[in-house]
Amino acid sequence: MERKQPMLEIKNLTVWYGSINAVKGIDVSINRGEIVTLIGANGAGKSSTIRAIAGLVKGCGGSIAFTGKDGRVTQLLGKQPEAMVRQGIAISPEGRRILPHLTTEENLLLGAYTLSDKAQISENMEYAYSLFPRLKERRRQKGGTLSGGEQQMLAVGRSLMSSPELLMLDEPSLGLAPILVDEVFEIIKTINTEGRTILLVEQNALAALKIAAKAYVLEVGSITIQGTGGELLANPKVKEAYLGG
Amino acid sequence: MDANMFMQHFINALGLGSLYGLIAIGYTMVYGILRLINFAHGDIFMLGAYFVFFATVQYKLPWALGAFIAVSGTIVCGLLVDRVAYRPLRGAPRISALISAIGVSFFIENLAVVVFSGMPRPVVQPPLLMEAFSLGGIRLVPLAIMVPAISFIIVAALLWMIYRTKSGLAMRSISFDIETTRLMGVSVDRIIAMAFAIGSGLAAIAGIMWALRYPRVEPFMGIMPGFKAFIAAVFGGIGSVPGAMLGGLSLGFVEIMSVAFFPRLSGYRDAFAFLLLVVILLVKPTGLMGEKLEDKI
Repeated sequence: MERKQPMLEIKNLTVWYGSINAVKGIDVSINRGEIVTLIGANGAGKSSTIRAIAGLVKGCGGSIAFTGKDGRVTQLLGKQPEAMVRQGIAISPEGRRILPHLTTEENLLLGAYTLSDKAQISENMEYAYSLFPRLKERRRQKGGTLSGGEQQMLAVGRSLMSSPELLMLDEPSLGLAPILVDEVFEIIKTINTEGRTILLVEQNALAALKIAAKAYVLEVGSITIQGTGGELLANPKVKEAYLGG
Repeated sequence: MDANMFMQHFINALGLGSLYGLIAIGYTMVYGILRLINFAHGDIFMLGAYFVFFATVQYKLPWALGAFIAVSGTIVCGLLVDRVAYRPLRGAPRISALISAIGVSFFIENLAVVVFSGMPRPVVQPPLLMEAFSLGGIRLVPLAIMVPAISFIIVAALLWMIYRTKSGLAMRSISFDIETTRLMGVSVDRIIAMAFAIGSGLAAIAGIMWALRYPRVEPFMGIMPGFKAFIAAVFGGIGSVPGAMLGGLSLGFVEIMSVAFFPRLSGYRDAFAFLLLVVILLVKPTGLMGEKLEDKI
């Protein structure tokens, strides 16, 4: 029954930074179990959208409704990030934001801050390690000493630690070697098929569209094109602007 | 100076140094998280001393109960300072919070003059702590041993909390990146309040032991120890809890030993602390155990 209600429904979202209008009234809906992607150039408003969901920006309007597993609807707009995490949404932020002075394991534990069940925390940690065996090898190492790829894995792993229903991944391929990009997207697909809904924000449109059920193209704060991943891959405008012709 | 004499000075320095260390931890924890120098911290220390004075001398409560009341009362005051003077300025430029801190400091001092009166008042020491005994030729009172012992136990417990618990993890994380820590579901205001509570609690414990060592209280008694503890925090590396303790002990030793070895310089006793500050800022501005500083006030 709750299937009809999208898991996350964004309506007429606007984001202002002072007098700059970064997001100009967009609608995005994410159904349970999907991978949904927002693509677009730098400054198109992708990260602003994520930050609005997370509760990191003050000047936003519209509505962001999250429907949990139990069917309860929560309005996230204007709430603290803490509320988002407790609702079951986790984020792997742009630029990874690994805490360099904490060990890999401590970074993961921080991701599980909202959980108190020790068994659940260690289960989640084992899950993160099973997805990224490299992290297990490096678990006593300081986050700052990891390579870029390892830090990205840690950021994704950390976001899984709170047992989220919805995972928001902000530019997970940024700054990674092409071979690592494929690996990261493969893992995103795995995480999705194992039951997690994913909102993926990407500049690497090709890789994102290939795995996305639904996609939105953002241009200077507005959605200009939307459709299934396949439709957008075939769309001539998308091809020209984002897929290199 | 013979060995016994030296040991007396050594224990004395250990006591004074650990008190500086306890106060310095409050500075360093708040600075580590908020990059704010809580200038009111010395006055919080003074409140701790006054509360124990009122509880035990005025109202004749047992010391243990008086100490408990003093610590609780001081923690409430510390939280109130954060809530009223700092939290509304969280988004403001750092200099605003700093000015607010100076204002709160003056406010507490002068409020204390009005409420407690400016007259210094004698603290009655519990006789049990003052019964001198001999230990290998050194004359000691139990208080001299108690002060460093309690301090070290508290610091050990605090380090355990910081490095082994979830709240400690959140504290270490906030000190590096507030936004990311919030994204992990940490309520930053709660962790900041916790830092103020711990800092104020330690300042109160230091205030109680200070009132026992130097048995009197007055409204401005927090200024000098506050300054020196701040120097200790900078010397040890501001932001680092073990550094604050190390800085406190260093300062205690410099102060006591300089006077012990050069009695003629005893008038310059306070100056040594500031000299230490100048030297460390010139030689190693990050302090003994400090990490790399970004922009600092």
